Amino acid sequence: MSERISGESRARPQPQIVSPPGRRSSVSRGFWTDAWRRLVRNPLAMASLSFLSFLALLAVVAPVFLPYSHEKQDLLALYASPSAAHWLGTDHLGRDLLSRLLIGARISLTVGLVAECIIISIGTALGLVAGYSGGWVDSLIMRVVDALYAFPDLLLIIIVMSYLKAQLGGSTLGWLAPFAGMNKALGGLLGVFIALGLTSWLTTCRLVRGQVLSLREREYVEAARALGAGSGHVIRAHLLPNTLGPILVAATLGVPNAILLEASLSFIGLGVDPPMPSWGLMISEGVQAVQSYPHVILAPAIAVSLTLLAFNFLGDGLRDALDPLLKRA
Amino acid sequence: MRGYVLRRLLALIPTLLLIYTIVFFLMRATPGGPWDETGTRPVFPEVKANLMKKYHLTDPLWKQYVDYLAGALHGDLGPSYRQRGRTVNEIIADFFPISLRLGLAAMAVAIGCGVPLGFLAAVRQDTRVDRGLMFLAVIGISTPSFVVATVLIVVFGVYLRWVPTSGWAGLLSRQALIPVFALALWPLAAVARYARSSMLDVIRADYVRTAKAKGLRELAIVVRHAAKNALIPVVTIAGVYLAFVVTGSFYVESVTGVPGLGRYLVLSISARDYPVIMGTTLLLAIIVMVVNLIVDLSYALLDPRIRYE
Repeated sequence: MSERISGESRARPQPQIVSPPGRRSSVSRGFWTDAWRRLVRNPLAMASLSFLSFLALLAVVAPVFLPYSHEKQDLLALYASPSAAHWLGTDHLGRDLLSRLLIGARISLTVGLVAECIIISIGTALGLVAGYSGGWVDSLIMRVVDALYAFPDLLLIIIVMSYLKAQLGGSTLGWLAPFAGMNKALGGLLGVFIALGLTSWLTTCRLVRGQVLSLREREYVEAARALGAGSGHVIRAHLLPNTLGPILVAATLGVPNAILLEASLSFIGLGVDPPMPSWGLMISEGVQAVQSYPHVILAPAIAVSLTLLAFNFLGDGLRDALDPLLKRA
Repeated sequence: MRGYVLRRLLALIPTLLLIYTIVFFLMRATPGGPWDETGTRPVFPEVKANLMKKYHLTDPLWKQYVDYLAGALHGDLGPSYRQRGRTVNEIIADFFPISLRLGLAAMAVAIGCGVPLGFLAAVRQDTRVDRGLMFLAVIGISTPSFVVATVLIVVFGVYLRWVPTSGWAGLLSRQALIPVFALALWPLAAVARYARSSMLDVIRADYVRTAKAKGLRELAIVVRHAAKNALIPVVTIAGVYLAFVVTGSFYVESVTGVPGLGRYLVLSISARDYPVIMGTTLLLAIIVMVVNLIVDLSYALLDPRIRYE
């Protein structure tokens, strides 16, 4: 992952840093407008953005126009092939696959956005603290990061998730019992959010720390300090805004990762609770009958791949747009 | 150099201890046990108590923590709860070689195809070849391995009937094609992207221009002069992906019915077979760390400019 965001040599000229706070907004809008213009010129990124917006729109309005509920079973039409009544056919319980696919899009997009927000918040906070304070705080945080890096990440998530699942939804509730109701209402998603948040912040933390380490020594930070600016001001006014670009790119590229992890967890029965139609769960249900009814598995498989593809193209485009120096002509 | 290796090896100890501690307490803190009633198989309370006693699960937690650790340090990963009479060592010896072979074969495919394709894209930068290859690479990165595996099964197993849909008959059989390729696609695409960008860096170097000026053919320049330097960054991530592939084969193994360690581990987690989970986790963590160390050391071999003190 870190391949995409090599942090250091970012010699972006940014005059707003030394200018008085009042002028900052107008100049920094120039940078973001520039980046946006570059992004708009990237056809793949724009196609991806349109696809994702369309998918989000469909996911939101799906229940309004879909004739079937995603949970309604029709035991007379098990494994129905695609037809006028069921555009994508039905699954092993006779549930309409199109309805399940679109509700599944809700789950994937929600996981992608919410879990990634949690991941980015934790990673950015810890990275800022580690990079800015240095000393033993820095070495403690980075020790933990290094140790967790050696942990096969999928395995860690699976172990954390089986713990959370039992704590939040088992017959004997543990100390997380107060959240069990919320988790149930979210169909098991709360556990997924927590597990992803706890395990996936490492890359962001490293990235932000690296950025802060290099920014901390810049002249304008020194100037701000010399003028009496406190740590809070330096972080808010100088470090965070200048780290925002790389964070944004990391976040966009982290979204497909979160979606993939949720699908993977649901695929082995550790993600959302059935009958929530997560794409991962739909694929694992489809595996059972792949020999006789392959159409059941193809729809969610294609959906998850296309969504991940779109986020990756968007992330690549965003990186090129935000960091024209990285893109070699 | 020797001091560096020693320090790195010593650094493995606290990391492994941390991983052991995390996994130990997470597993013990998870409600439910290996002999919970499952409806189909009633367990008498006396039997359960005896089993708990036999496996020392009634000991105080700190004693279990220390005892298992002491055993593990002597290479004894304990008995399996799920398969009576078998030890974790035996289970790993049975299942791990299959996962390892699968992972190594996938990695061989990934590097063998990924590097040349990445180099080709770099040499033909900004042409249709380059754009097409990189487009395919993003698809490869975006497709989860279990999706690749299922799509391959549907297409080649169900519709075309070229290969069996599941099972395992050794690496050199038709059954192995789908799991190997499904596992290889992601690292293949990632390696190709890396190989392209590192070749692009190298291809602008002065010595490459000199070679061109001498009138060498492009192929000779790429193969003999540029490739060696362009491979260095590729080695790093190839090492990381090898660890990923060997440890992360749960999905492909589950879908394609390969009886490897990954599939066994997933079953063990739901069965709360603590010693198997712990033993496998420690094994995989050691693999990841050792591979990372080897990767760092291989830098020095590939690039004389890098020295470790």
